[in-house]
Amino acid sequence: MNIALDPKIVWHASPWLLAVVFFFVAGGYLSLGTQVMIWILFALSLDLVLGYAGIVTLGHAAYFGFGAYAAGILSIRLTGDPLIGLVAATALTAALGFATGILILHTTGVTFLMLTLAILSMLYEYANRANDLTGGDNGLQGMQLDPLLGQFEFTLFGETAYLYTLAVLFLCFLVSWRLVHSPFGRSLDGIRQNPRRMRAIGTPVWWRLVAIYTLSAAMAGSAGALSAYATRFVGLSVLSLFTSGIVAVMLILGGARRIYGAFLGALIYIVVQDFSAKVSPYLWEFVVGGLLIAVVLFLEGGLMSLFDAPVAAVKRRLRGEARDP
Amino acid sequence: MISYALTILLDGVSFGMVLFIISVGLTITMGLMRVVNLAHGSFAMAGGYIAAMMTQRGIDYHLAVAIATVAAGALGAICEVLFYRPLYRKGDLAQVLLTIGLVFVSIAAVTAVFGAFPYPVIMPSYLQQLVDIGFRTYPAYRLFVLGVGGATALILWIVIEHSLFGARLRAAVDNPRMARGVGMNVNLLFLITFVVGCGLAGLGGAIGAGMLSLEPTYALKYIVLFLVVVIVGGEGSFKGSFVAAMALGIIDTMGRYFFHDIASYMLYAAVFVLLLWRPKGLLPPKSVA
Amino acid sequence: MTAPDPILSVRGLCKNFGALAVAQSIELDLQPGARLGLIGPNGAGKTTLVNLLTGMVAADAGTILLDGAPIHGLRPEARVRRGLARTHQINTLLAETCAREGVAIAIAERERFAWRMFRYGAAWRACLEEADQHLRDFGIAQVGDRAARQLPYGEQRLLEIAIAVALRPRVLLLDEPGAGVPASEAHVIHDVLDRLPSDIAILITEHDMDLVFRFAREIVVMVQGRVLRRGVPSEIAADPEVRAVYLGRGKH
Repeated sequence: MNIALDPKIVWHASPWLLAVVFFFVAGGYLSLGTQVMIWILFALSLDLVLGYAGIVTLGHAAYFGFGAYAAGILSIRLTGDPLIGLVAATALTAALGFATGILILHTTGVTFLMLTLAILSMLYEYANRANDLTGGDNGLQGMQLDPLLGQFEFTLFGETAYLYTLAVLFLCFLVSWRLVHSPFGRSLDGIRQNPRRMRAIGTPVWWRLVAIYTLSAAMAGSAGALSAYATRFVGLSVLSLFTSGIVAVMLILGGARRIYGAFLGALIYIVVQDFSAKVSPYLWEFVVGGLLIAVVLFLEGGLMSLFDAPVAAVKRRLRGEARDP
Repeated sequence: MISYALTILLDGVSFGMVLFIISVGLTITMGLMRVVNLAHGSFAMAGGYIAAMMTQRGIDYHLAVAIATVAAGALGAICEVLFYRPLYRKGDLAQVLLTIGLVFVSIAAVTAVFGAFPYPVIMPSYLQQLVDIGFRTYPAYRLFVLGVGGATALILWIVIEHSLFGARLRAAVDNPRMARGVGMNVNLLFLITFVVGCGLAGLGGAIGAGMLSLEPTYALKYIVLFLVVVIVGGEGSFKGSFVAAMALGIIDTMGRYFFHDIASYMLYAAVFVLLLWRPKGLLPPKSVA
Repeated sequence: MTAPDPILSVRGLCKNFGALAVAQSIELDLQPGARLGLIGPNGAGKTTLVNLLTGMVAADAGTILLDGAPIHGLRPEARVRRGLARTHQINTLLAETCAREGVAIAIAERERFAWRMFRYGAAWRACLEEADQHLRDFGIAQVGDRAARQLPYGEQRLLEIAIAVALRPRVLLLDEPGAGVPASEAHVIHDVLDRLPSDIAILITEHDMDLVFRFAREIVVMVQGRVLRRGVPSEIAADPEVRAVYLGRGKH
């Protein structure tokens, strides 16, 4: 079979090819595309922790927002280099993720949920008050960004931001993909299904959860940093419960534990929001809420699962063809 | 000095009463049905908006509040049958997500009907006055809330501790499997409890509108407060939610008066530390299961 | 000739739930390769003992030595890593995961590379192959691709045991392996138990007397948290006190 036309490769390459094509044809919609990719990265981080490891958190925006503020503050006070800034923001967020993780991951259920909400709320209220550092209610302004790699300026048209975000998303996607299929990823899936069984085979459950929580926080922090770079602004909303809720909605809409579920969910959400906002200010909340309810009640695997049957049919067809001499 | 302290106490307790009335329904349904209901604030919001709409049309305040309570309960009945019943078997995650969906829908509905700006409840003139309570004059409204809250707490306490329904409720909270095993109609129990819980939320939303102002994001803004009351008090614990609501009300008020700058996140920090120390809450119901 | 050191040694193990003493100063030795049956009426504390040994329940007092090293202070997962495995009375499987992977994950944990996030291809394939071998040993190779929850109950039970054996434990605790298996299929479990590796020390708790008397070379009888008697099956069957307390009430 001709390698270039191997359906698997086509399937996996297409979202990235589409993203590249979009760069050239998007026109005024380029920054929207960047937004979508940032949300995809954020939703991907949530998939690791919520989808695979089964950690039910409503406070993941804490890491997204922390990364955003970290990147913003660093660019104002320390260095405008976006590469150093991204790495530093990610590292700092990872440290926060680790510290909070070791404190709360021994709890479960609503207690854990409440603890994640408490962390999120603490950060939100602190950012609200610490005017000197964060700009408080008005948000963080005055970010100064050096050109990326010394060459690519962050312009108003957002070309650099788009490609930077695309590159980081691609990297994180590869890491996630590899991780999810690794023994580590499988053990996390096992922990989600049955922690008792995993303990019975000697899995150090708590440590695994801390590890994935830290990694996921780091990835969310990267998404936050990219969002700061894209708009050169950080608003309080990055630390809001609403943001935490939206990213969870995106993930479930698209389908958790499916490689491209985060992609589909973020895309659909942003598209729906953008179009419905033009119709009326509240329609999209209605549609999204309704979709969410419908997905939970009727479509367990998210919207990606709608593809299951047609994809299986295509696979069967191709296998049938391959067997022909 | 003493008058200052007493004022803070009165302010805190009256705020706590609102939190209690709204949250007691949530703690009972979460403890009984084991469902994480993030949409509870929506029922409080619904009660508030219905009461507000009626008072703005000239209907008597007390009647409006009563109707709002019943309406919120009716809304609860519809939601229980349509949305919550399928959730009992599904895990935490499904419950969290579906109820978030309900919150979104309720925010959209309210914005569509009432607009995005704060929507006041028109109170009768005697409630808008100041009353002389000896050491100072104090808003009649807050005294009214204290009265209604206290009466509600008393009635609930009598029902839960001293009635057959209450006994069944407590048994089902302590040990749901056993309750089903002895033939209790658990579905009916769930439905009645949920309806009462939502009705109480509506009552709290209606009379509490002077403290928790009505706007479309109400359901999302205040759900964290209600959850704090429930989880810090102990899921399913009537006494726990009362104590937690009072504590939260007083701490919040003190924060507003004294530590204005650090108030909000000190509160959440306190919740954080407390939950790590007592994961099951302050006064969790004794679990036999 | 002196007997070899016991692989599992329990001394003075106590546990109280409030006023109820569910384990009273239990003393137990398990030799390498032992086949020890643990029986007793309901409420005797058999499952509690298993939970105390595995660490799911913390003991109030007493010591547990595995191959001479104390494990009573260790968390359950640490005890597994030292070589103490168990099966559960109710199947505790990864419902969505296929049987082969369920065993492979256990092997990965055993080989200590389950934490690997990268460069795992060859090692994981080796786990899958070994998993297939274990499935073959237990006669369930044909269901390797099916999710655990799709398997009939008896095969789930076999999978439960296969996973424990795949850990290559030194001590294996079988908690009512025959539980829930219809009488018509019980022989499958019996066969599998007979063919378990002879170097593993096995403690089996059971209500199925046929199984216990057939499988165990020694039997311990527990009553109300205490060890009443220990001996070979024929002694236990003939012991009047044991009869009075347990067998005398009629066979299950």
